[in-house]
Amino acid sequence: MSLIELDHLVKSYGMVPALTDLSLAVPKGCLYGFLGPNGAGKTTTLRILATLLSPDRGRVMVAGVDALQNPRQVRQILGYVAQEVAIDKILTGRELLALQGDLYHLPRTDRNQRIDDLIQRLSMGDWIDRRCGTYSGGMRRRLDLAAGLLHSPRLLVLDEPTVGLDLESRAVIWDVLQDLRDQGTTILLSSHYLEEVEALAERMAIIDAGRVIAEGSPEELKCALGGDRVTLRVREFSNQIEAEKVRELLDAVEGVRRIVINKVQGHSLNLVVDGDHVLPRLKQRLGESDLPVFSLAQSRPSLDDVYLQATGRTLMDAELAVVGERDPKQERRQSMR
Amino acid sequence: MTNPAFDLSTPRQYQRSAVSELAQETGALTRRLFVQLQRRPSTLVAGILQPLIWLVLFGALFSRAPEGLLPGGMSYGRFLGAGVIVFTAFSGALNAGLPVMFDREFGFLNRLLVAPLRSRSSIVLASVIYITTLSLVQSLAIMITASLLGYGWPGAAGLVLVMVTLLLLVFAVTALSLGLAFALPGHIELIAVIFVANLPLLFASTALAPLSYMPPWLGWLAALNPLTFAIEPIRAAYSGPLDLSSVLLEAPYGDVTGTTCLLVLSLLTAGLFLLIRPLLNRKLA
Repeated sequence: MSLIELDHLVKSYGMVPALTDLSLAVPKGCLYGFLGPNGAGKTTTLRILATLLSPDRGRVMVAGVDALQNPRQVRQILGYVAQEVAIDKILTGRELLALQGDLYHLPRTDRNQRIDDLIQRLSMGDWIDRRCGTYSGGMRRRLDLAAGLLHSPRLLVLDEPTVGLDLESRAVIWDVLQDLRDQGTTILLSSHYLEEVEALAERMAIIDAGRVIAEGSPEELKCALGGDRVTLRVREFSNQIEAEKVRELLDAVEGVRRIVINKVQGHSLNLVVDGDHVLPRLKQRLGESDLPVFSLAQSRPSLDDVYLQATGRTLMDAELAVVGERDPKQERRQSMR
Repeated sequence: MTNPAFDLSTPRQYQRSAVSELAQETGALTRRLFVQLQRRPSTLVAGILQPLIWLVLFGALFSRAPEGLLPGGMSYGRFLGAGVIVFTAFSGALNAGLPVMFDREFGFLNRLLVAPLRSRSSIVLASVIYITTLSLVQSLAIMITASLLGYGWPGAAGLVLVMVTLLLLVFAVTALSLGLAFALPGHIELIAVIFVANLPLLFASTALAPLSYMPPWLGWLAALNPLTFAIEPIRAAYSGPLDLSSVLLEAPYGDVTGTTCLLVLSLLTAGLFLLIRPLLNRKLA
């Protein structure tokens, strides 16, 4: 059964479309990854789910409850960890959590017990009674996560929870998320880090320009692409002419599907091949032409390849492209809601 | 999937009455504001210092005002006292929107909006409780100082009238400020509005000088200024036995009694709360 069902969501900020037609179903108990470049509509989707925003069109169901009709019922079972960490610098971590507990109407004794548990689980003991203004980015994130978990939500929604974090904080957060999943909490996590989604998510959706463009388990998505990836360097730093020559040579080898020259990495060649058996043929062909082999590495397709396949550009290119397209006035209005 | 909604009906361990949940959330939000005040008391201190400076400097500046200038041969210090008390409460209440505005800007308001609050009026109510307490404490401090300076003290009945008048004014101005905190784009704009509204409203009222002292156009403004409707009953409470039906202000449009003053303030408060309600509903829905 799906815990979250988003049906054909449409949302725009003034003239700027954020979601064009987004549908998504997240199974119960699943750690679900929501991947896409900045500006793809991840945050808008999660804010709609968290009842902070209403879509222009579409339906939002959480645990069988219509979130647009009964937002309060949804708020009771949902924990939301926003992208911008919203803490009060003047309060201590413990005071903030106590406030949060009161907003969710936890009885005092349960609340304090739960706070102590979370402090321990997130290794915040040294910091919890200091003012939040003194916290590092990682500690703020942990506090924010603790606040989101305080009422033991059945559904946890996190908007890019580990952006710019130190490795230790990231490890702590990943660990907690995996534990929660094992205990049956459904988790929806947005990210633009491929390795985060790959490491954590059982299922994922790739979103671009306000709609879902691929959906499945990371493994399924990669397998659907087919073929293996081979990175070939004839020498450590080659040049365009030589790379073109090698490409021409290898294009004819049976089992080679596609060759791209990666100018950024010393004109190495990225090949898509049918499988393991193509490698000896490549070596043989290179040997026949008296070309050296500096390195030859084979790998399974990565999520970046999935993204490339689905959108025609790499995730990093998409991030760069989006910077030029934004409307500052609209963004301010959006951020000031 | 016979009844998907069933999942939600797993009995929550703590099912409590709406009233106790409302009290819990409002209490927590109010406590937060007071903890902030306790750790950053500068607003409280400045809110008391500023009117004190007014009282001492202005009182001294006009202490030699010619006799008979003021109604009933009152000393200027005594005349000014009522004005400064009202001004204190007014400027305190005008700042009510600032904490809310900062919560909006820092995303803290979202934390409140994601929570299953019984009613989002709790957010507004907490601000009203906080600002009212703060303004009344500041006003009391000014009243005590004024009496130490020899500017008098209202009797018990007078004190009740002072408090009621201040409460009405504080409610009205708080509503206005909270409305602005949701309507304006950011704290810069809110501070600008507060800055622009503050002093002109003081000068165009009977806080510093009586109506008879003003040119006609200013007299009109002062006689329409809500601050005047708060100042005059308090001044009356200071100057002797309480009689709400007596004429407190000879305005260009006619005589105004104490009862009228309180009525105007009540209507203003009710009107402003009604006015900001749709705004709050929209922003907090």
